[in-house]
Amino acid sequence: MDLSKCTSCGDCEAVCPVELESGYEEGLATRKAIYKKYTQAIPGTYCIEKTDTAPCKLACPAGINVQGYVQMVKVGNYKRALEIIMEDLPLPGILGRVCPHGCEDACRRCSVDDPLAIRDLKRLAADRFDPREIEIQCDPERDEKVAIIGSGPAGLSTAYFLARRGIKSTIFESLPEPGGMLRVGIPEHRLPREILNKEIEIITNLGVEIKTNSPLGPDLSIDDLKNQGYKAVYLAIGAHKGIELGVPGENVNGVRQGVDFLRELSLTGKTEVGKKVVIIGGGNVAIDVARSAIRMGAEEVTIVYRRTRTEMPAFDEEIEASLDEGIRINYLAAPQEIVVEDGRVAGLRCIKMELGDADSSGRRSPIPVPGSEFELDVDQIIPAIGQKPDLSCLEEAAGLEFSRWGTIEVNSISYATDYEGVFAGGDVQTGPWTVIGAVASGKEAAESIQRYFDGVDMVEGREPVTLDDPVYRPYDKEPVKHRLQMPELAVEKRAGNFDQVELGYTEEQGQEEAGRCLNCSYCCDCELCVEACLPGAVNHRDQALEKEIDVGAVILTSGTDVFDPDKLEEFYLYKSNPNVMTSIEFERILSATGPTSGHLVRLSDEKEPKKIAWLQCVGSRDQNQCDNGYCSSVCCMYAIKETVIAQEHSHNGLECSIFNMDIRTFGKDYERYYERSKEQGVRYVQARVHTISEVPESRNLNLHYVSEAGEIIEEEFDLVVLSVGMEPAKSAVELAGDLDIELNQYNFVKTEDVSPVTTSKPGIYVAGVIQGPKDIPHSIMEASAAACSAGSDLAAARGSLVKERIFPEEINVVGQEPRIGVFVCNCGINIGGIADVPSIVEYAKSLPNVVYTEENLFSCSQDTQEKMVETIKEQKLNRVVVAACSPITHEPLFQETMKDAGLNPFLFEMANIRNQCTWVHSSEKDKATEKAKDLVKMSVARSAFLEPLDYLTVGVNNPVLVVGGGVSGMTAALNFAEQGFATTLVEKGMELGGSARQIKKTWKGADVGSYLDELIGQVENHTGINVMKGAEVVNAKGFVGNFETEVKIGDLKKTIRHGATVVATGGQATETGEHLYGQNPRVTRWHDLEQNLEKYPDAESVVFIQCVGSRDESHPYCSKICCTASINQALEIKEKNPETNVFILHRDIRTYGERESVYQKAREKGVVFIKYSPERKPVVTEAGDKLEVKIFDPVIQREMVIETDLLNLATAIESSANETVTSAYKLPVNADKFVMEAHAKLRPVDCATDGVYICGMAHYPKPLDESIAQAQAAVSRAINVLSQQSVAVEPIVSQIDQELCIGCGLCVESCSFSAIEPEKVEGKGIRAKNISALCKGCGVCAVACPQQAITMKHFNNDQIIASIRAGKSVA
Amino acid sequence: MAENYEPKILAFLCNWCAYAGADLAGVSRFQYPPTLRVIRTMCSGRVDPLYIAEGLVNGYDGVFVSG
Repeated sequence: MDLSKCTSCGDCEAVCPVELESGYEEGLATRKAIYKKYTQAIPGTYCIEKTDTAPCKLACPAGINVQGYVQMVKVGNYKRALEIIMEDLPLPGILGRVCPHGCEDACRRCSVDDPLAIRDLKRLAADRFDPREIEIQCDPERDEKVAIIGSGPAGLSTAYFLARRGIKSTIFESLPEPGGMLRVGIPEHRLPREILNKEIEIITNLGVEIKTNSPLGPDLSIDDLKNQGYKAVYLAIGAHKGIELGVPGENVNGVRQGVDFLRELSLTGKTEVGKKVVIIGGGNVAIDVARSAIRMGAEEVTIVYRRTRTEMPAFDEEIEASLDEGIRINYLAAPQEIVVEDGRVAGLRCIKMELGDADSSGRRSPIPVPGSEFELDVDQIIPAIGQKPDLSCLEEAAGLEFSRWGTIEVNSISYATDYEGVFAGGDVQTGPWTVIGAVASGKEAAESIQRYFDGVDMVEGREPVTLDDPVYRPYDKEPVKHRLQMPELAVEKRAGNFDQVELGYTEEQGQEEAGRCLNCSYCCDCELCVEACLPGAVNHRDQALEKEIDVGAVILTSGTDVFDPDKLEEFYLYKSNPNVMTSIEFERILSATGPTSGHLVRLSDEKEPKKIAWLQCVGSRDQNQCDNGYCSSVCCMYAIKETVIAQEHSHNGLECSIFNMDIRTFGKDYERYYERSKEQGVRYVQARVHTISEVPESRNLNLHYVSEAGEIIEEEFDLVVLSVGMEPAKSAVELAGDLDIELNQYNFVKTEDVSPVTTSKPGIYVAGVIQGPKDIPHSIMEASAAACSAGSDLAAARGSLVKERIFPEEINVVGQEPRIGVFVCNCGINIGGIADVPSIVEYAKSLPNVVYTEENLFSCSQDTQEKMVETIKEQKLNRVVVAACSPITHEPLFQETMKDAGLNPFLFEMANIRNQCTWVHSSEKDKATEKAKDLVKMSVARSAFLEPLDYLTVGVNNPVLVVGGGVSGMTAALNFAEQGFATTLVEKGMELGGSARQIKKTWKGADVGSYLDELIGQVENHTGINVMKGAEVVNAKGFVGNFETEVKIGDLKKTIRHGATVVATGGQATETGEHLYGQNPRVTRWHDLEQNLEKYPDAESVVFIQCVGSRDESHPYCSKICCTASINQALEIKEKNPETNVFILHRDIRTYGERESVYQKAREKGVVFIKYSPERKPVVTEAGDKLEVKIFDPVIQREMVIETDLLNLATAIESSANETVTSAYKLPVNADKFVMEAHAKLRPVDCATDGVYICGMAHYPKPLDESIAQAQAAVSRAINVLSQQSVAVEPIVSQIDQELCIGCGLCVESCSFSAIEPEKVEGKGIRAKNISALCKGCGVCAVACPQQAITMKHFNNDQIIASIRAGKSVA
Repeated sequence: MAENYEPKILAFLCNWCAYAGADLAGVSRFQYPPTLRVIRTMCSGRVDPLYIAEGLVNGYDGVFVSG
């Protein structure tokens, strides 16, 4: 596809015949082979799915595009089907009847049920549309002439393909009628003569002359032909001479060669037929003779064949038909002697045979059984054991070589003989073979003859194509659907006539049969899309290009696959029951653009489900049924989201149950969402379902599970959703292998905690789920982090490849009368096919100020754009209206055109007459036209009021301020400095390091202490970093590129000017009063335990309590890192002394991602995990020297008492950000006091204030690796701004007229972006003032202003009111 | 009221959401009555009550603000 030409109109899709399962819809809906990935895809252009050449086409000697014509038959487009066939075959109706269809043997449908009836579909096309009506494209006529000897399929085919190449030929035929073996070898019941005559006309219609009764021989030699001016001769005399049996008595009356018998019958309509006829042979000729003999009145017809049915070379359907017609076949018998009486046949002596070893043809050779002779009572014997060419006419031809089988020797690719200018093909060259083989040889010979005339190498580039390991559409999910039987003439109606036996499919049958095609190559190459695409964007000849790109770094973001529950069919019934679906499929059911348009229904019966179960951890946290020991991190949250949305979409109430091991809602604001879902009635069942069974009839599902309390429960659900996990994509693993990158135990790309996006290979970075399972915000953070790392490597080259586009100087239009030009687009047929574009253009002419109008086929095409520039200049237009598609997609393009014409881009206006008119009113053409006129009128009215606007630019200071000297802040500072940006690092404490100072090692085992020492050293010693310790931000003003921050160190205040700010103020563990903390020295918090372990080295037992003052009213969120931290400490204790009893009391274990492996390890090492609910918290009391912890164990349903030496509490992590910092930079915080990002999913490090970025625990509690990644991400985002000299401020901003302003402050209050501030104006008091760099152009201030002192540029009152008034003429 | 009366509606659609939604309705070929006239604004907050009045005064039967 040429993406620059595609207008995403979808006309191609409408004509494409190939229906495929839609990958985007998870196979729940279909799409075409030419398709748009999904409705909202960007770019919104179409693409074609194609793979290797289909096996049917490869198997066809003539290389016919079988899939293409089969699809055309499917949609009833027989004309196009014939056009496709006749590209490679001039005789569609003939081959549609007699072809041995090697394509059907190659058909991949054989592996599903039966091969597609390809031959019969070809015949249907030729039956339904006269092939003579197909227009054959021929090249201009050339001077050379060719003589073709023989008018059989090879001769006819050569003549046809020569004619298409502009080369004239004459066919010389020895018999009185043309057609060769087609006429004299195939009886009429198989090939009616009218079909043959009709299709010979296809060739003669191209100007080919056929001279009958003109045999090669004494009167006409090859040299004679050359002398007559034929520059080349093609020999296609066939193989018409029967092979003799070689038994005594062969030359008597009553013995006739099969080919002679058929020839006479064909040419004269009669021949001598005995009463008791024996035919000797097992090929198609033998069968043809037998079936002809019985039609001619023979009473007994017997075929004698020396092998068995399995070895018989005749078509199976022919053998069947002959048996139906009463012909007997005597297998394993061979003639020995013809019994002769009175010079006539009186009988046939035969001998029985048995099969020996395989011969050179691969068939087992027959061996006579001694003493088994027997005699048949016959009066006519017809040998049909084979044919050979009759070479008598070529005896004089010097230079021809013959094989020992009596065939002409040729070059196997060019079909050239050793005789200069003489070519040969068909049976005379191959020995008796198939019609399609003869056609194929003719096609090749035509190519050779042209090359011969052109003096070009005849062989070069013509080697046959072979495919190693071809890629085809898989058929494993294809339902069984057997081949449709071809209707036949009733057996009793066949006697005494040669009426056609196979009657051909009806259209309905043919279309149904064609629908069985698997579409192995996806696209069928019918090229209907090429015709449908008016802009000419489709090119089927496009080839994959290999390009070498010189790069300095590589970032891998190739994602993962989802787990395929097919693998566990016995357990999940996913393949067999449509009411078991994956969560990803269920997402599509909930989507407004999905297969059910967002209606919550079961696909099995279209009924709305009332009860749905989600099964968590399908393909995750599972080492029994699959090898995915990790947690996929995202499934709990998406399952909860699905329950909430499903409930919204349900009409009659929906019960949602989530079966889980732990609920892992560890992300920012996730826990609140989880709690809210519980309030909405979502049920959480902590149990693993052990059996799923189908309820007959309803096809509901019974889930069998054991409740937490040990009860065995069976519960029925209408729908089961499998929350499938992530798996490393096979292709990603291969790529990593090619790049020689290390993978971890689960095949995710291996990285270290202190360098989370750096692979084992320098210069290659990684982001997203290829590195490990994670959610969208985390993936995006990593993407920016990888960009930062790559940017560090390439800092020196920054900007060196940037090219600037130069525009002509802008024409000043201020004060000019509007001269409006209106360009109305047809968008091919997308607008013009519905609305009456000429009348819209006429109407536009009548509108005020319009001086020029024009109609375009495609306004957006390159050539129209260039013309438009010229027109604007010539007509001196100063406003341009394009009535076409949407400004959202196309305004920027046309604005560039304005600039090219020297006009300000804001003098441009679009009328959306496609997306919002013709596409949505396609059945009301008149009304669509009326509406389009109104839309044009509204745009014209508005455009008269348009004013040129300038892009303001604001210079950028490129130093940076980083607030917070923990790992996040230091990582950010160091990355800035390394990329050449002067950095100030403000730390309120007297030491750098932040909360990481308390951590000894990460869960992967990285030594945090030494890492921190190194990092602090690098930061403190870097000349580009100014470290300010004991310093605090007290105030800040300004905006992106131009901040001024006031920092206080002791009593000193310092102002720092900088272009961007990174907030990395960190977090800390909260204090608690629970569980005797602060009262008993044996109770510690977080990393304090390590000191206590030193203090009490003999501790026999250690208890951890999780979620202390966390996930409750005081801190209603999950602190994310505590489960892993406690388990890590537990493991360390166990490692030091495996005898120590370690208990972890928790609410859910949230070792997300690959951290699950430490949870697994802890259980293996004997750490005891006991779950508690917030209603029954553990109770800690002092017991002498020790502590006692009482806890209710839900598994044994009893209260337990644990005696312990030490107790460690995992308390909530809270933000350390103080209000001074957040308010200085106007940063909103969430209910939990964490700084809010601009968009929770898509902009996870940007703050709402431009130029301010957030990272580390100030954003949300997170482990070291994620803090480092987020810090790198913040750097990358900031450098986008800092690397520019200036930033352009959008011109669509508000403008305050201070003369009208009364200083009421309503605008200041209404602005969500702090883009208006009060200002003291000499002599006037307070007046509002714009800070345009912060303005987002929403216009709320203009509405709020009681004085109408605020103008919204480009959307001002005059412009909007003009549109309102212009649109009022609604019918 | 006439049997096939179709009210004429003036719509103000936010550039970032509702207007894009109306485009998407087109891509999906959803059909709706042709009596809607759309004005794009950069935010539904841009819609001054004055515009609504202006619409009604000019004969529209209803005004639809979406964002």
